[in-house]
Amino acid sequence: MASDNDSTPSSDDKTTSASTSSGESSIVVDDVTKTYGDFRALDRINFSVEPGEIVGFLGPNGAGKTTTMKILTSFMSATEGTARVAGYDVHESPEQVRRETGYLPENVPLYEDMITHDYLEFVASIRGVPAGECQEHIERVVELTGLEDVIHREILELSKGYRQRVGLAQAIIHQPDVIILDEPTTGLDPNQIVEIRDVITGIGRDRTIILSTHILQEVSAVCDRVIIVNEGEIVADDQLEALEEAVAASEPGLRVTFGDTDDPDKLRSFLGELEGVGDVIEEAGRRQAHVFRLDTDDETSVRRALFRAEADHNYGLKGVSRAEPSLEDIFRVYTEGSTEEAREAS
Amino acid sequence: MLSNIGYVLKKELGSYFNSAVAYIVVILFLLITGALFWLNYFQQINALSLRSFFSQAPLFLAFFAPAITMRLFAEEKRMGTLELLMTMPLRDVEIVMGKFLAAVSLLTVVFVMTLPYPITLSFLGDLDWGAVASGYLGLLLLGGTYSAIGLMASSWTRDQVVSILVAFSICFFLYLIDQLVGEPTGAMARIVDYISTNSHFNNLARGVIDIRDVFYYLSVTAVALLITQVSVASRRW
Repeated sequence: MASDNDSTPSSDDKTTSASTSSGESSIVVDDVTKTYGDFRALDRINFSVEPGEIVGFLGPNGAGKTTTMKILTSFMSATEGTARVAGYDVHESPEQVRRETGYLPENVPLYEDMITHDYLEFVASIRGVPAGECQEHIERVVELTGLEDVIHREILELSKGYRQRVGLAQAIIHQPDVIILDEPTTGLDPNQIVEIRDVITGIGRDRTIILSTHILQEVSAVCDRVIIVNEGEIVADDQLEALEEAVAASEPGLRVTFGDTDDPDKLRSFLGELEGVGDVIEEAGRRQAHVFRLDTDDETSVRRALFRAEADHNYGLKGVSRAEPSLEDIFRVYTEGSTEEAREAS
Repeated sequence: MLSNIGYVLKKELGSYFNSAVAYIVVILFLLITGALFWLNYFQQINALSLRSFFSQAPLFLAFFAPAITMRLFAEEKRMGTLELLMTMPLRDVEIVMGKFLAAVSLLTVVFVMTLPYPITLSFLGDLDWGAVASGYLGLLLLGGTYSAIGLMASSWTRDQVVSILVAFSICFFLYLIDQLVGEPTGAMARIVDYISTNSHFNNLARGVIDIRDVFYYLSVTAVALLITQVSVASRRW
């Protein structure tokens, strides 16, 4: 509405550098710090998001994801640093920022005593949709988020999945340039998660979306880019593939899977004695299977030795594969197993 | 600005009238003041005025205004919806004013429902409509003041019980102070007289519209709303 020249979408390649000064980025966060008393919730974070990108904001609980989002929606002000959203400074012109953004806070707060339709109408009018076009906008988001069946029901009566859709619908009703979603799939069942992800991918075709999550699969399902935050700092900011490669490079080797056994130590010593194998790391076991990661430079000969030994001793070898890093590995490597509890204890 | 206040006002009125709150407040207020009005009416059949109604209504307002304002911010804080509201393109002052006007509107509805009292009296003889109008103006100003105090208390907490207790205490203190301080003299008397909501109301109830009384109510209202706004805005720090 108010911004014509400031937020023209750029079609150039997506840069991941934080030093965008062109003013074309949808979101620019520059050295933002937020402290609560002695606690540094965010420590000089920098990143930028280009128009049309879907960025996943990943990190353990308490890492600073929500704080960042609250600053971006100008709900909270940063202690230091600046942030620009859709071309406006969050501190100097908060109302323009809020007009250009849609926000779904964590836990999806909704006015429970309102009818879904009335609620969407209320949000649309406050978000600046002209009275004549409200109905049109409501119909569009209702179709997009699949709310047809509950449009005349009280929000109080809605299931968790529908509430989440109402929350999404209110965030996109005014067709904002930037959509900020704080854990949009928390508490949903797997089917609902898939549905919500489809909705997010659907609206994300022509909009900038930044969504926080600690569900790793979500990132690979919807995001173009991943920003990993830990203890108030950005520890990684790249395409998912690039992160995978980086982790694979830092943890090379083979992944070997065995069937259930009473004596995993025997397997471990057997693996350790193979020629060309460095460390043997047992990974978080699945039920009825033991997975080891073998640190090695010579994959081929280790594979060969493994199969030969299996043929002779029948250890119950189920599979050998390159140790492709899973999202869990990426997360673990970058956050170094940090948890909220561990940090509080220290 | 005005349209934004209007959206908030409309939403709050909607939730008053969609829930039982509005109806309970209207019915209880009418029952209590009505019963007292008619009891007094038969006691003092010769006095053709609304003085008894106007002298009792402030006491009940001191309770009903906090009751209708207690959830306005406390509930939004507890549900987390305040964050949603505060990330919409609204200024904090628009949120506060919308909610304040919603409470005042509900009280206005309540006052309109009491109009049958003066109308009944006017059938019986020559009622001083000027004094009635002045008394209703006083009720509205007092209702606004108590609502602003209620809103302020609501912005301090996420617990509605705390909200109503704090607001009720402040309103009741302001209402009763001129009766609780025994025979004040000198400066003390003037202070007590000035901060008591009741002494200002008495003039209006008698039909005397003194600009100082009006100013008193408007200034207390403004201060309470300002504190409310600061309290809401402080969530952003």
